[in-house]
Amino acid sequence: MWLPAYATRSERLCRLAVVTFAFAVLVFLVGPLFVVFPLSVSKDPFFTFPIEAYSWRWYADFFQNARWTQSLWNSLVAATFSTALATLLGTLAALGIARPGFPARKAVMALMISPMIMPVVIVAVGAYMFFGPLGLTNTRTGLVLAHAGLAIPFVVITVLSSLSTYDANLTRAGASLGAGPVSVFFTVTLPLILPGIVSGALLAFAVSFDEVIVALFLTGAEQRTLPVQMFSGIRDQINPTIMAAASLLTTVSIALFVGLSLIRRLRRG
Amino acid sequence: MADTMSLTAPYTDPGLGAALRRAERPNRLRALALALPALVFLLVTFAAPIGVFLTTAVRNPEVHEILPQTTVALEGWDGQATPGEEVFAALAADLARARQNNTAATLGKRLNYESPGMRSRIMSVTRKLDGFAAGPLAPQFIAIDAAWGQPDLWAIIQRNAAPVTPYYLLTSVDLGQDAAGGIVRVAQDQAVFLDILGRTLWIAGLVTVATLLLGFPTAYVISLAPARIAGFLLLMVLLPLWTSLLVRTTAWVVLLQTDGVINQVLLALGLTSEKLQLMLTRFGTVTAMTHIQLPFTILPILSVMKTIPAGQLRAARSLGAPAFSAFWRVYAPQTLPGVAAGCLMTFILSLGYYITPALVGGPRDQMISNFIATYINRDLNWGMAAALACLLLFMTLSIYLLFLRLVGAERIKLG
Repeated sequence: MWLPAYATRSERLCRLAVVTFAFAVLVFLVGPLFVVFPLSVSKDPFFTFPIEAYSWRWYADFFQNARWTQSLWNSLVAATFSTALATLLGTLAALGIARPGFPARKAVMALMISPMIMPVVIVAVGAYMFFGPLGLTNTRTGLVLAHAGLAIPFVVITVLSSLSTYDANLTRAGASLGAGPVSVFFTVTLPLILPGIVSGALLAFAVSFDEVIVALFLTGAEQRTLPVQMFSGIRDQINPTIMAAASLLTTVSIALFVGLSLIRRLRRG
Repeated sequence: MADTMSLTAPYTDPGLGAALRRAERPNRLRALALALPALVFLLVTFAAPIGVFLTTAVRNPEVHEILPQTTVALEGWDGQATPGEEVFAALAADLARARQNNTAATLGKRLNYESPGMRSRIMSVTRKLDGFAAGPLAPQFIAIDAAWGQPDLWAIIQRNAAPVTPYYLLTSVDLGQDAAGGIVRVAQDQAVFLDILGRTLWIAGLVTVATLLLGFPTAYVISLAPARIAGFLLLMVLLPLWTSLLVRTTAWVVLLQTDGVINQVLLALGLTSEKLQLMLTRFGTVTAMTHIQLPFTILPILSVMKTIPAGQLRAARSLGAPAFSAFWRVYAPQTLPGVAAGCLMTFILSLGYYITPALVGGPRDQMISNFIATYINRDLNWGMAAALACLLLFMTLSIYLLFLRLVGAERIKLG
């Protein structure tokens, strides 16, 4: 399998073993993602296979229960606003960082990326403590601000990567033809880096939409997000409605992923 | 030869460099101005909150805010004998005000960390303040609890009158202060924090090794596969990365349950005769974490493997190297940058896990993050939470700096 002609018999066996192992690992990676789907349409409230009868009752439960629908709505709102904020700030920052002669680029990058590697509990408790006196705990604003901070690195990285293939001479050409910097940006630069910005925005949305710990600390009953609702459900008593919620979350993630893959393909094509 | 040398020698007019820098300054400032909103935003909503939280690890406001007069009265005390009457009078006055402000319990809780029993001593004196007769207060304090006559107790109050304390940070590494203020190891039955620290490092290490063992061959196979198949295999690595961490943990909760899928399969295959306990175990925690971290290890290794020319292995073979030796001595060393990037990233991220140990792990599998959350939510002990956060942050940042040094922030790619 994918071996040169001179490979010996033992090499072929060895390669076969490695390829089999790799496929097993890939099944290990992808398999658990799809466990929740069949369980969410099982009629029985037990998490056992094989599934004997199918039913949509857990989805009906989900959409008829105000707690679940409210949390879904809260998640969508918080993710939308933090995505807008993170995309704006992250794109501007990437445009600056990509310019030649940006001062202390390494240090600024290290700081911009740090929300990605910071233990989320520390971020969450810090925000809880700092936002409390400012009246931002138990508000949507506080959650949006904290999530936007977590999402900025993802936007910066994707926009920087699309700027790395951008030809700076195009900016100069635009300027030499009489366009001002703002007009050059909107008519030349922005259309070319838009795929990068959209990828960043999709990632930012996913970060906020899936985030549990910060939301756990910053939200009260009214702003409770879908992941928080799920988390407390799993802690107390795991029930099939959680499987329906998990399936919905996975569907959203897969949709975002497919969207991103399509954008990447468009950019290449 | 000498002429060429002089031609390539650096031009050393000091004025020119300065002039160039001056001319470049507006551009640099404009570039910085673009990044400034994001920087300020991160400083205010991310760095400042973390900074404020971490300072609670050394903040010690209770004694000098609740016992201001006692703090002053104890300033001249030499720590040798029971303090004089004026100190007892100051304490009685302070506690009377504390009772009005409902702050006595806060003080008692803080002092109880230093010496068990302090809470009840403070509370019982506060309750009995009205019953004190005129005359010297010291004997009446000592009549309530003989400990009030001992210098050790007053030394604790005196030491904690300072606005900063090493107590929480010392405790987070199983150290404490004796009556004289010297640093000592805490008693065996209270020494839990080094165990938590070691457990966190151990779990993160196990996960890193597991992702490398599973991920390296997988990345190798993806890098060998024909473009079309490789694209599909890569999708299988990227898809989990996009799925919510909570959903993946939920999936593992379902899989690992006693009546869960794994046990059903094992029973059906006859590999085990009775159901295994997989939930709330170290094995379950490490398995779920390995599953979640695997893409972070695979992707950097894969991107390095793609840059290694296939001709090198053929060249090694044609020069007589056996297959394994060609792989191990020519191919494997070149993958090291990817291995380092992937493993460091996985190790950093594993150190801060909270959700997965909380849902899949048992009490012995809870990591530092879980204890930070518990100290905030259950014990309301902000100082201890902050001290543990300092410890976690110190480890995370050390490895992040190593990562920046070896790999660089610009090299992080997403998908």
